[in-house]
Amino acid sequence: MKLLEQAGCTVEVPPVQVCCGQPAYNSGDRATTRAIASQVIDAFEGYDAVVAPSGSCGGMLSHHYPGLFDDDPAMKARAENLAGRSHELMSFLVDVLGEKKVAAARYDGVATYHDSCSGLRELGVKEQPRRLLDSVQGLSLHEMKTPEVCCGFGGTFCVKYPEISNAMVSEKSADIAATGADTLLAGDLGCLMNMAGKLQREGSAVRVRHVAEVLAGMGDLPAIGEPERG
Amino acid sequence: MESTAHAFKTNVDHALADPNLQDSLAKLKVGFSERRRQAAERLPEFEALRDRARDIKNHTLANLDFYLEEFERKVIGLGGHVHWAPTAADARRIIAELCQSVGARTVAKSKSMVAEEIALNEHLEALGIAPIETDLGEYIIQLRNEPPSHIIAPAVHLTKDQVADTFLEHHSKLGFDKRLTERNDLVAEARYVLRQKFLDADVGLTGANFLVAETGSSMLVTNEGNADLSNTLPKMHIVLASIEKVIPTLEDAAVLLRVLARSATGQESSAYTTLNTGPKRAEDLDGPSQYHVVLLDNGRSGVLGTEMQDILRCIRCGACMNHCPVYGAVGGHAYGWVYPGPMGAVLTPQLVGVEEASNLPNASTFCGRCESVCPVRIPLPKLMRHWREREFEKHLTPRGVRQGLALWSFLARRPALYRGLTSIANRVLALFGRADGRYSALPLAGGWTRFRDFPAPQPGGTFHAQWKGKEGKRKRA
Amino acid sequence: MSSDRSQILNGIRRSLQRGELSGAARQAVESRLATPPRGPSVARAQLPQAEKVALFCQWAETLNATVARVGSAEVPGEVTAYLMRNNLPASVAMAPSPLLEGYDWSSQQMLSIRRGRGEGSDQVSVTGAFAGIAETGTVVMASGPDHPVSLNLLPDTHVVVLREADIVGGYEDVWGRLRARYGKDRMPRTVNTITGPSRTGDIEQAMELGAHGPRRMHILVVHE
Repeated sequence: MKLLEQAGCTVEVPPVQVCCGQPAYNSGDRATTRAIASQVIDAFEGYDAVVAPSGSCGGMLSHHYPGLFDDDPAMKARAENLAGRSHELMSFLVDVLGEKKVAAARYDGVATYHDSCSGLRELGVKEQPRRLLDSVQGLSLHEMKTPEVCCGFGGTFCVKYPEISNAMVSEKSADIAATGADTLLAGDLGCLMNMAGKLQREGSAVRVRHVAEVLAGMGDLPAIGEPERG
Repeated sequence: MESTAHAFKTNVDHALADPNLQDSLAKLKVGFSERRRQAAERLPEFEALRDRARDIKNHTLANLDFYLEEFERKVIGLGGHVHWAPTAADARRIIAELCQSVGARTVAKSKSMVAEEIALNEHLEALGIAPIETDLGEYIIQLRNEPPSHIIAPAVHLTKDQVADTFLEHHSKLGFDKRLTERNDLVAEARYVLRQKFLDADVGLTGANFLVAETGSSMLVTNEGNADLSNTLPKMHIVLASIEKVIPTLEDAAVLLRVLARSATGQESSAYTTLNTGPKRAEDLDGPSQYHVVLLDNGRSGVLGTEMQDILRCIRCGACMNHCPVYGAVGGHAYGWVYPGPMGAVLTPQLVGVEEASNLPNASTFCGRCESVCPVRIPLPKLMRHWREREFEKHLTPRGVRQGLALWSFLARRPALYRGLTSIANRVLALFGRADGRYSALPLAGGWTRFRDFPAPQPGGTFHAQWKGKEGKRKRA
Repeated sequence: MSSDRSQILNGIRRSLQRGELSGAARQAVESRLATPPRGPSVARAQLPQAEKVALFCQWAETLNATVARVGSAEVPGEVTAYLMRNNLPASVAMAPSPLLEGYDWSSQQMLSIRRGRGEGSDQVSVTGAFAGIAETGTVVMASGPDHPVSLNLLPDTHVVVLREADIVGGYEDVWGRLRARYGKDRMPRTVNTITGPSRTGDIEQAMELGAHGPRRMHILVVHE
């Protein structure tokens, strides 16, 4: 939010806004998804842009909503209108606002960046966060061997198939460790929770943060899953 | 082949505990995807070719009856035969009768996933006809009595040492009683043993990568040359292919060939791409005197015109499984039937029933890597989601998931309540976990906390609460 | 069986919600079949002839074949020399083709030649190629009385004679030549397009040459 305001946007969070409905959508519950989507479409009526700090939510709004209303032209048109106004945060900062609008922050450390699946493959978020991070003073980025491979979160997948999910996140954690980074960044909350949980269980010292925290100069707050300081 | 797709979770446990398999998978994940990436980069037109490949397949599917009839007409015109098999049982019967008509005792087989689909080997063996797999990988797993674990690399789950043991066990009676240690020696021994079997076989049975309607040709792509020996040396050549393998013209084949090898193995071209058209001509010096094509439907015609139709574009390159992190974790056998990985998660429920294979379309994170590499751009995650919708409609979704989802959706549709409860939960979680920043066990979240901690909420309350606070301050200011 | 046939075809039509194709829709697919549209053109298949030849040689060698560029008078000598260089017996099974008969084999007194189809005991074969594909370094073999298929597959070593003039850009050019030679929809029994020696990656994903077909492929690229 700080990032957006710094860039000159007026930011509002509609009080009726909740989840985008992806858990229902990916569980095959189309009726519930449509009900939630209608609610979200109402909530964001009238805004110039809808910005999500999570690739999977952004992807849901901009790629999947219109297909939910194939039998309802009026709703489909509204869903398409919303889709056109929906953005993932990093892509909004760079592709819509222009990266110069983001004030330079400072973060002392070596980071590695995980490409979240929806952000990367549905929304084409790849270069944008790297360009923004490039402007952060004190930060150097060490890439993983396969930053674009799924971390094993997958929404309900990680509790329905915990063994497979664990194998995937273990591999991710090894890839992270091999970079020597002290901070793991990503742009999707599900991935962040999953990887943070694994790293902590393994006793890793790697701190896990949303990429926006670093860009907003909020790197002094406790990282995800880290105890409060003092 | 008997499906064990219903036992997916048990299969997964076995797979994760198999160190040989895990070694092979580690190699596969890096090797195949890196080679594909390089091959795609070497051909600037690759993405445009993928678009065209998709369009060719869509055009063919929209006119499938026409192209099948055209293909049949051309085959018959050159003295070949076409047999139509609505079901797996029909295909087995037709092939067995053809083998019996020439008194066949052995059949040289080139790797065919459709033959696995219809469980042809078991059927022929019961009739006293010996099928001999000639693709090296298929030969190895035939000796070991295992199903394939990958559609283009059937023995990818095995190590060299396991192959060496298998060869020693089965070849010692042929006089090969030394246990081999080098890969090239293993390949050479298999070549020697199989060469005699090619020369002795009465029937050669192959699949087809494509059937070309324009010329009535079956097209086969291999690296070993085993399919070519199978379709050249025996007196009868039987092609077993499913109906969606037909394409209109040779020009269309050129497009599909350019994306097939690159997607499959990252090769510029497979070593052998062969067009067979009819039986040998009167003046030819070799080739089979009989040419039969068995066209298998087995439920595919019913997929046309449905939301699942896109899966019929599949050209069986294996790129989706090579790039799938779930396949990469558990390998092909876990999927429990012929077709593993993302394409299998879509096709298997169609062919063996969604009740039997209900886990497969659910065991995906929808990471989308499969779709991003599919040479014919099949939206595999979308098709898996369609299966989940059908399962939900049929009440096959597990009860726990349904109930959790129902509670969550009740709340998600009531914003004030949702925010109120998440805010309370947030505070409760924070109260107990803030000191450590995480939880190593949480009620109702065993699947999560068995393998990882659950991060405690960062300080400051929920996003909505923070927003409210911020807005309040702003208004006061 | 005809009822099985109509069961499948009618099932397809039911799913596509139409009857047998007719009228304009049928004309459209018939004309697509009569004049096949080409896919996106591949730049590296569109080079001038001399560059096509060079690209062919480059890919063939990259993909594990060996190449010798020779004049037509040097063909028989190069075959003998290749066999000697590789410690192979001076005995070949040769395709009985007019192309190969055009070379003076009598000059190679040490070379024993058997003409006919391939036998299991053959160690080396010599065949002519119908065409070469520059895009991938692929040789194209069309079966017929002058070219038994078994010669492409059974021997350990396959020596291919390919005229520079027969090197084309991509697959589409080969199809054009096949149609010109055999008729629009008349194919020879077998067309083998072969890219390098036989290989397998079936044991531990490591490539080994010589799985079932030849372990070595030597291509003589012949200028007139």
